[in-house]
Amino acid sequence: MAVISLLDVRKDFPFFSQGLVYLDSAATSQKPKVVLDVMREFYEKNNANVHRGVYRLADMATQMYEAARKTVAEFIGAHPREIVFVRNATEAINLVAHSFGGSVVSKDDSILLTEMEHHSNIVPWQMLAKTKDAKLSFVPITESGQIELSAVRHGVSQKPKIFAFTHVSNVLGTINPAKEFIAEAHKCGVPVLLDASQSVPSMPVSVKDLDCDFLVFSGHKLLGPHIGVLYGKRELLERMEPFLCGGGMIKEVDFQSSTWNDVPWKFEAGTFDVPSAVGLASAIEYLNKVGMKNVMEHEQALARYAYDLLGKDPVVTLYGSDNRLNLVSFNVGDMHGHDVSTLLDQHGVCVRAGHHCAHPLMKRLGIPACVRVSFGVYSTKADVDKFMVALQKAKKVFGL
Amino acid sequence: MTDDLASEMYKEIILDYYRHPRNYGVLPHPDIVSHDVNTSCGDEITMQVLVKDGRIGNIRFSGRGCAISQASASMLTEFALGKSLEEVAKFNKESMLGLINIPISCMRLKCALLGLKVLKLGILQFIGEKVEVEDEG
Repeated sequence: MAVISLLDVRKDFPFFSQGLVYLDSAATSQKPKVVLDVMREFYEKNNANVHRGVYRLADMATQMYEAARKTVAEFIGAHPREIVFVRNATEAINLVAHSFGGSVVSKDDSILLTEMEHHSNIVPWQMLAKTKDAKLSFVPITESGQIELSAVRHGVSQKPKIFAFTHVSNVLGTINPAKEFIAEAHKCGVPVLLDASQSVPSMPVSVKDLDCDFLVFSGHKLLGPHIGVLYGKRELLERMEPFLCGGGMIKEVDFQSSTWNDVPWKFEAGTFDVPSAVGLASAIEYLNKVGMKNVMEHEQALARYAYDLLGKDPVVTLYGSDNRLNLVSFNVGDMHGHDVSTLLDQHGVCVRAGHHCAHPLMKRLGIPACVRVSFGVYSTKADVDKFMVALQKAKKVFGL
Repeated sequence: MTDDLASEMYKEIILDYYRHPRNYGVLPHPDIVSHDVNTSCGDEITMQVLVKDGRIGNIRFSGRGCAISQASASMLTEFALGKSLEEVAKFNKESMLGLINIPISCMRLKCALLGLKVLKLGILQFIGEKVEVEDEG
């Protein structure tokens, strides 16, 4: 087994003082103290509504909000005007499906997805297809949970109006070669939305390098608070109609009609969640200090370590292949995932079990549920070891 | 919960019903077919009933899920067989928990009660009552 060179940042995360073994970071991440402090300080000292007041405090809050946008933009290689703050990645996909999809998809058109998508990257497109009388097609996955370039090539050659796919599978951990897929799509003139919910928190991601047309992710998986980010190429955002309407997203409002604000504010209706934007920027600054390359190496090494240990157990079935980021999904004998999870919980080990919001993928794998362990920057080798001990005890209850 | 309590929740009888479910399968011409899933975890149960003189003449369940949901559903079918529809329709959360007789955490209550929810919905539809089955979880 490879020697693991690991980061030592757990001391920065107050959550761990309670002694839990938290292995569900792909669902949501724990927060470093600095993020909590920054948000608290915002509420205590800087809280004012942005883009509205002319007093100094409001000006300061506005500056902090727009600085957060700049931090997010730099983090993924975008321009600040291409960053829209939303509630979460799901809302970002809904926004694109509605405002972009709504204008380019017509009757009998197709929308291309893959078999490994999270529900959040399926259902908004189903709604769009239903409204427009269009259809969905899916790029298949292989037995080992990979998507082959030839399958993508075939999919985009059918001229779908948009191709939306996940950068990293939340069930299999598979890292898709997004850059190649996007280039293939663009050769056929197909725009691409990349669901980066699992990748942005755990590996370096640059929209400039990938050349995706849209990219979405959630702050809460990224050591930050509950805020979502939509990246869109500026010329596309400019062309799109707003999604949610109200204050903030308008330039002028008359009794009968209104004109829209410039991007990205055109897509930010209502009072902004400034403290969360500021908190997200703080989380990104924290990750930048650690270095995203180091974060990736750390989380990948832990996943590899867990994968190898689990692979030695004859009653454990593993899903996916060696190409994985920071998680491992598996089943144990005839135990259902929830029974495994309940029994691990007795030993303070938190793991996700179930369908992972990916019913179609679970059907494709032919399983009703599975158990998933996923790692964050704060996870340790000792976490994996404690999990393995607890797993032996869980198996014993089922006589395995 | 300690190791002891954990193994009490998964005691021998639960594992036995999980691995060797009684009344598992489908009926050729059922009068009642009812199905539901736990959206949070994906457990699913289908109940099929043959009604004879207002009673449960025959009953089968099928589905997939955790040991608690499958064993509870199986135990329920054994209990319901031969009873009147009204009697089974009155069966509630407490009686179900009494039947399986294991400590159940809040998070797993939905699993333990899924079979009952499905069967009651099927019966109530059959006897034409529009009653909301309480979702105990």
